[in-house]
Amino acid sequence: MSADDQAVPEEQAVPQEEERRHGAPLTRQLGQVVLHPSREGYRDLVEQLRRDGYTFCLDVTAADYLTHPGRPGLPSTVTPERFEVVAILLSFEGKERLRIRVQVPDGDPVVASLFHLHPGTEAMEREVYDMYGIVFDGHPDLTRILMPEDWEGHPLRKDYAVGRIPVQFKGAPGDR
Amino acid sequence: MTSIRYPGAATSEGAQELSARGQMTAGELLRESGSVLRMSEAAAAEQADRAPGDQETMIINMGPQHPSTHGVLRLMLELEGETVLRSKPIVGYLHTGMEKTGEDLTYLQGPTNVTRMDYAAPLFNELVFSLATEALLQVEIPPRATWIRMLMTELNRIASHFLFLATNGLDLGAISMILYGWRERDLVLQFFEKTTGLRMNHNYIRPGGVAADLPDGWRDDVLRILDALPARLQEYDELMTGQPIWRARTQGVGVLTAEEAIALGATGPILRASGVPWDLRRDIPYLAYEEVDFNVVVGTYGDVFDRYAIRLNEIRESIGLVRQILDRIPRGDYRVQNKKVTPPPRARIDESMEALIHHFKIFTEGFKVPEGEVYVAVESPRGELGCYLVSDGSAKPYRMHIRGPSFVNLQTLPHMLRGGLIADAVAVISSVDPIMGEVDR
Repeated sequence: MSADDQAVPEEQAVPQEEERRHGAPLTRQLGQVVLHPSREGYRDLVEQLRRDGYTFCLDVTAADYLTHPGRPGLPSTVTPERFEVVAILLSFEGKERLRIRVQVPDGDPVVASLFHLHPGTEAMEREVYDMYGIVFDGHPDLTRILMPEDWEGHPLRKDYAVGRIPVQFKGAPGDR
Repeated sequence: MTSIRYPGAATSEGAQELSARGQMTAGELLRESGSVLRMSEAAAAEQADRAPGDQETMIINMGPQHPSTHGVLRLMLELEGETVLRSKPIVGYLHTGMEKTGEDLTYLQGPTNVTRMDYAAPLFNELVFSLATEALLQVEIPPRATWIRMLMTELNRIASHFLFLATNGLDLGAISMILYGWRERDLVLQFFEKTTGLRMNHNYIRPGGVAADLPDGWRDDVLRILDALPARLQEYDELMTGQPIWRARTQGVGVLTAEEAIALGATGPILRASGVPWDLRRDIPYLAYEEVDFNVVVGTYGDVFDRYAIRLNEIRESIGLVRQILDRIPRGDYRVQNKKVTPPPRARIDESMEALIHHFKIFTEGFKVPEGEVYVAVESPRGELGCYLVSDGSAKPYRMHIRGPSFVNLQTLPHMLRGGLIADAVAVISSVDPIMGEVDR
């Protein structure tokens, strides 16, 4: 996936000066604050945000932009990649949430684990690994969580067809 | 693992399972407890090395068919006598790929899918999905629809907490509770059946409003429920809250401090039991919760009793909320009159060809939702229920993710069970109130 500049839609165009927080570009999606750190800066950003009061990690999930590379809301300085890891943080004092979107390339789907900052991300990162095959570096127990242990493929990837589950009842009579 | 193939062997979860004590690694120990206590990796490695061989301990499976694991939760417990040394929840037995399915359904079909996740509180799933869709569409729903949603979800919260009280009582040996809890829950479910046509999985709250207006006589029905409940709650207090046996089984069991709850991502009654006054209805209000008065019930000790008491008292708060909603629910439309989102009324279809086509198109093709991504959350009976929705501009979500509070709350189990008795494990699991449909999705 090459970095097409036109992949960034105009309607969410960044205002004159690009806003940043802790060095990461900041955008607003429908009034919600989104940060776009680099893959290397992701963990440090979460750590800095934890000091800022974002002490609660609500969710870690991902999206596969294989069939929709020109996704909404990316600042022009961020190169879109196939996968995006999305972390949602919460600040009790500020009573606000904050979303982090990290671009993760297809060829090397590895991103730092937040486990040592927010142990509650353990199951969520396992789910992302299970569903997308994104590896979380530093996770203590990165195994499948929802799918069976011997499952092949990562079901939520866009190139994983919906109907590709092998027939379960091979021994059943009839050739239906 | 030897590779003998007998039918049961196919269910082995391999590396997902709890390892034998001799093979326990530092990473596993860190995962189970150390991270919460901020244990260093070196300390974990040292402790793993010191762990005795498995001749003194026993690893047993609790579930997935155990009656007190609330569905298909499987807990692997390492026991030394009756003491739980380590534990690991193994989930996924109810996984049906609902997030994948959601990518293949239109926004109007979406609620039928998500409603099956947390099947004890289906309306919350529909609500959060609808709110996320409406946020992307940037449509404002009419006030009556907002208040109907509040009415229905608060009633659903009551029903869900009754389910909890019923099963919690059953798990701890107060067998009559399952009858009482079910009896009270049924009052609410009967009203749901009258309003939505179904007792569960309603598909009632949809993007753009609700499926139908409240039925004739709904106010009397709701009042009848509200009038019946306080006396019943009083009975519960007599049956359980004040009972020495109940208190002995629940107080001081499965304690979770506020720091641990926050670190582990626990929300809802579990977080509030630990003393964190956090309720999305008050702190990040959605619908019209700013306009109603209610108290956020907070515990002190973070034990099983606190979690029970919080849910019991949240029923009382919800009763008060529903009474306010009854007084203030406005007249008007129950769905947004936006031709893009709302199908034409039935009467129009008979007289207008265009209306028929329009109706057909909305239900086959669905409506297009502008590109964007959004995260919306509501306070479900189990905690923060979130929906992360990405639209690519088509009629189906590009990505639909539900943050199930039960899924995250389950992570508190190994920490709460550690060092406790196996009989208390039942109490602790019950107090987390996991709904496996939402855990596995």
